Amino acid sequence: MSVTDTYQPTPDTGGPAQPLIRVTGLQKYFPVRGGILGRTQAKVQAVDGVSFEVKKGETLGIVGESGCGKSTTAKLLIGLVEKDKGEIVFDGHALGERLSLKELRRGVQMVFQDSYATLNPRLTILDSVAFGAKVQGLDNPEELARKMMDRVGLDPDRFAHRYPHELSGGQRQRVNIARALAMSPRLVVLDEAVSALDKSVEAQVLNLLNDLRAEFGLTYVFISHDLNVVRYISDRILVMYLGEVVEVAPVDSIWQEQAHPYTRSLFSAMPSMDPDNRTKEPPLAGDPPNPINPPSGCRFHTRCRFASAVCKEAVPKLAGLARNGDHMVACHLHDAQSGHPKAGQGVPE
Amino acid sequence: MTKLLEMKNLNVRFKGKRTVHAINDVSLSMDQGETLALLGESGSGKSVTLKTLLGLLPPKRSQIDGSIHVNGVDIMSLRGRALQRYRGGEVSMVFQEPALALDPVYTIGHQIAESVMRHKGVDKANAMSTALDMLDRVRIPSANRRLHNYPHELSGGMRQRVMIALALACRPRLLLADEPTTALDATVQIQILLLLRELQKEFGMGVIFVTHDIGVAVEISERVAVMYAGQIIEEGTTHEIIRDARHPYTQGLLAANLHDVARGERLSAIPGAPPALEARPDSCPFAPRCPVAMPECRADLPPMLAPGDRRRVACLRAAQPIAAE
Repeated sequence: MSVTDTYQPTPDTGGPAQPLIRVTGLQKYFPVRGGILGRTQAKVQAVDGVSFEVKKGETLGIVGESGCGKSTTAKLLIGLVEKDKGEIVFDGHALGERLSLKELRRGVQMVFQDSYATLNPRLTILDSVAFGAKVQGLDNPEELARKMMDRVGLDPDRFAHRYPHELSGGQRQRVNIARALAMSPRLVVLDEAVSALDKSVEAQVLNLLNDLRAEFGLTYVFISHDLNVVRYISDRILVMYLGEVVEVAPVDSIWQEQAHPYTRSLFSAMPSMDPDNRTKEPPLAGDPPNPINPPSGCRFHTRCRFASAVCKEAVPKLAGLARNGDHMVACHLHDAQSGHPKAGQGVPE
Repeated sequence: MTKLLEMKNLNVRFKGKRTVHAINDVSLSMDQGETLALLGESGSGKSVTLKTLLGLLPPKRSQIDGSIHVNGVDIMSLRGRALQRYRGGEVSMVFQEPALALDPVYTIGHQIAESVMRHKGVDKANAMSTALDMLDRVRIPSANRRLHNYPHELSGGMRQRVMIALALACRPRLLLADEPTTALDATVQIQILLLLRELQKEFGMGVIFVTHDIGVAVEISERVAVMYAGQIIEEGTTHEIIRDARHPYTQGLLAANLHDVARGERLSAIPGAPPALEARPDSCPFAPRCPVAMPECRADLPPMLAPGDRRRVACLRAAQPIAAE
């Protein structure tokens, strides 16, 4: 029996047209406590009104700088962090209504950045990989774990009884992938899963992720700060800035034209790889503002070259571009009615 | 003119429960004011090379052979006061994690001034004004106010600017930068890279920039030396390395950058992982992972070929025409 036969995800309910996961108005504020009474003094607005959907079999890449809420969004998706507001609907079933947290985690699994910190140092590799399947009450978890280890390129006879510290970073990340897949999930959230790996090992793991996606019909949410990696693996890219979605678009469309000034800066910040044509000017000055007191209106207006009065006051809405409705952007420059002096003209050069 | 750096046959071993052959026969030379990127993956010996240069390795556990001359001075023989003057005065270093490298209980102005007072022998007031000038030069806004801030009051990008100001305050001839932008966001990383490039021109110092990211190396350096398993396996100008990489490992690294790979296309990944270095390599350390390895590669260490002026590559294959593949 091959590993594909043992892969038994929960059955599809809504057909291919229904998105596998849809989140609406997701919000998470973390309280900052202080003083002798430990009262809440401020709130970090980590994720604020984030909505998106991921189609079945699609890979959605999420990019943004540190503190923009990428990882919080990922944790909200699998219920590791409790949401303040908003709705998470997995294949037509809303979390908390027709879907329990345990059921959600059968369908959604996660791979984290730090491969060492996310493995229990006292469990052997086999026990770690089989752990989730045991909790979920799947049949024969150890057999399943061995097959999955074999599938991700770790010989079970050699590695099953080793401990995490005996493995290299690339091998440990394979263990984490095997552990996530042992539950036969339909959606895998990869939070900077290849960022800590060396480039040569990263390419191996990316090839593995591509193979697994094809073999098991997986859907990925792929979070990374490396735009080249995100472009390589994703079908669509979602750009976050200070807890909000500023742009979502198919990869080719966003690679051709970055409709939001922030996305454009992010793209120009990539090293050029051309010694004759090095970057001359940094695209953005300064660091991202503090998410405790994010700027009013459009949160990017403090660093935006094209900001006008309206950007300080009104929050831009995420809307499709005229030339391509699938390419969504939240910027006053693209909204003819926004009142921006250059409204409706798109981002100037 | 004396060479800025002349490193010959450097070997570093770490002893303990097991021996690690961290650096194996590395030779490196730099002219005054040159910018060199040391490129390699974790465990390739990049950081150990920098630490050896500053004499920061634990003396009891490390065995160092070979010679290092900085501006003609044999730094392996430096002890006591002379070593103190050399560190931070002649050569200084910017670390990857500025939050750990700065002292949390002193203001940043105090920390920069302390180094200036030590090395230049000026009084506190003068040192503070040098510190202020340095903060201005690294483009810290309202430097006057920032002088009295503690490290935790600054963002990551600002802290790295402070580290650079601290390292350059005594006008070293050589700046060592150990992955100074790896912990930063892309938009901040490019700011720091451009700042370093400007300051390098302004002060005319030499820079050794350690990185694992080829893109960063291209942005910052004139020359690149690629390290693998504690050896330099290829060296050349940035142009030569990017356009005409000869070593299969360098070629693999360039491909793994995904700069212009089509979506979903299978990546030509280098299989396996770097060697553990428990023994000194006696054949090409890359041979087990090399797509074009020959029996000769596993028999002996590859010769260092010199296909051009200051160009070198440690690979038998580099001697043959590339069409052989």
